Amino acid sequence: MDLAVVVLLQVLAAVASLALISVGLAVIFGMMRVINLAHGEFIMLGGYAVIYATRWGINLWVAMLIVAPLFVGLVGVIVERSVIRFLYGRMIDTMLATWGLSLLLIGAATMIFGNTTTGVSAPLGGVSIGQYQTSIYELVLIVIVAVILIGMMAILRLTKLGLIARATMQNPAMAASLGISTSKVYSVTFGAGAALSGMAGALIAPLSGVLPTMGVAYVAKAFITVISGGAAIITGTLSASGLLGTLNTLATFVATPVIGEVALLFAAIVLLRVLPQGITGKFFRRAL
Amino acid sequence: MSPRGRTVASVIGFVVSVAAIFVLPHWLELFTLINATIYVSMAIMTLSLALIWGYGGILCFGQAAFFGLGGYTYAVCAINFGDSTWAVVLAMVVPALFAALLGYFVFWGRIGDVYLGVITLTMTLIFFKLFNATAGDAYKIGSAALGGFNGIPSTPPLNLPWDVGTALAPEDIWYIAAGLLVLFYFGSRWLLSTSFGRVVISIRENERRTELLGYDIRRYKLGIFTIGGAMAGMAGILFANCVFVSPTMFSLFYNAQVIIWVTVGGIGTLLGPIFGSIALQMIVAELGTIDGLDPNLILGAILILFVLLVPKGVLPSLRVLWERFRKPPAVVEASPPTGRPAAGAQKATPSQQPAADAGGRS
Repeated sequence: MDLAVVVLLQVLAAVASLALISVGLAVIFGMMRVINLAHGEFIMLGGYAVIYATRWGINLWVAMLIVAPLFVGLVGVIVERSVIRFLYGRMIDTMLATWGLSLLLIGAATMIFGNTTTGVSAPLGGVSIGQYQTSIYELVLIVIVAVILIGMMAILRLTKLGLIARATMQNPAMAASLGISTSKVYSVTFGAGAALSGMAGALIAPLSGVLPTMGVAYVAKAFITVISGGAAIITGTLSASGLLGTLNTLATFVATPVIGEVALLFAAIVLLRVLPQGITGKFFRRAL
Repeated sequence: MSPRGRTVASVIGFVVSVAAIFVLPHWLELFTLINATIYVSMAIMTLSLALIWGYGGILCFGQAAFFGLGGYTYAVCAINFGDSTWAVVLAMVVPALFAALLGYFVFWGRIGDVYLGVITLTMTLIFFKLFNATAGDAYKIGSAALGGFNGIPSTPPLNLPWDVGTALAPEDIWYIAAGLLVLFYFGSRWLLSTSFGRVVISIRENERRTELLGYDIRRYKLGIFTIGGAMAGMAGILFANCVFVSPTMFSLFYNAQVIIWVTVGGIGTLLGPIFGSIALQMIVAELGTIDGLDPNLILGAILILFVLLVPKGVLPSLRVLWERFRKPPAVVEASPPTGRPAAGAQKATPSQQPAADAGGRS
């Protein structure tokens, strides 16, 4: 029984972390059809933002939930204005340019921070379920991810900003002729996606540590989750990370972590072969 | 350029490149020569991507999978057989078969550009993870321990076919590598001039139209993809001979590098990527020696600048310039002729110089 609860919690934690690292990328891909390969480095920057903010005496939670997203969001807007906006509609070129950006940021971070892992300790301690130990922070993380997704849903569905964003997503030309500055929308969207990535990096920093090359470990997984999810931002991310995260944890549980990772990747390949438009290309087509 | 001009340029290029292959070992020290061999092996891998991406229109983000598979197959077989002859053959056959299998999976599923990129990238990641996890005695193929993260440090060198006693020296491997690059370059050009190659190009131009003309596009894509896989496998063998086999061959870094080289050199050309790869490897190696400057920073900056300013790549932009200069015949600016394969590492750097001009004007 205890074991079942622990495994269930691990599955939830895996799904949550997959959703967390993918959601920033999903916003940018879903809204703008831009595949941002510098996503991993936005995560890395979020991690460093937390480490430096806490060193300057800012509360850890403030640093994770406010400072890191703001900082990385700002970086995102700068990137969008200086590089991405020249490349809209050229998917491959944006991929290459953001890949270049990714290498550039890794290089810059290595020069500034050095090629070593730094970390902050995870807050909140642990809790025991029967004879098993698990950290409270991981449980809180599940809740935070749920709040983020619900918040995004609310913003997209209920606010005027969300309406404008959805309109631009569906038909940019029509939105523009109705007086919406689409370039401003894109800029804000890219910033918001970057901010989400930054927050993701900040939230996983206590678990994984921060390293200039840490993004590489996440970008491929996030990329795969988003593409498997398809065009709908929230439903897609959630369904893909639900499927892949569960498979990953179960395979890890049965075999080894490596087999778990391989199972995740292999499942994604099969999924894309069966549903080339991703999960939401076939199911939940009208969802957000 | 007129067809006759092209032929003349090809002959000149062939002579120059063969001369360079034989002159370089006398000029360079052994260490530099081994480095040059690595550059050439990477150039072969770049050529394979230039072929399948630039001409076949197949955006493969996982060329390193074939590269690594070639290297590993070679190392494992050479250790087990004690003779590298069949190892070389198998190290081209295995990546080719794998490419065929993967190609069957994706092309018959009609999976397009970005999704294809994701699948191939994922494939490479799987290999990377799997081979990293092969540490310990449990993971042996015959007498070859896979060695996990460390790879197979004792990768045996090539020997003369069916003559185990004569292991080849680094100079010999240079001749083989450079010779193969020239061979593969002219081979690719020949392939693209056959009717098979023309259909492949027409698929890149317009998939649907080609299909409506009655060609089974899946087969043609599979064909060019398999050939690219075999070529990348060969690059893996040569790389394994200069360095050794390790899971880094499957890493994102190698994947990224080839794509960058093809982009910078020019998609849709063969010479551009070859020169692009050699020149960029030299530039990055040179700049990497400067203290405190990270090579990733340079590579990244180069890629961003090229995508923004010279999206077509160096060689196509130079061609545009060349055509522009040719209109008033008085101006015979020294724009390098096309048709100059593998003219050796030194020659590549100057041809990169006019890139900035090309970017401004086109």
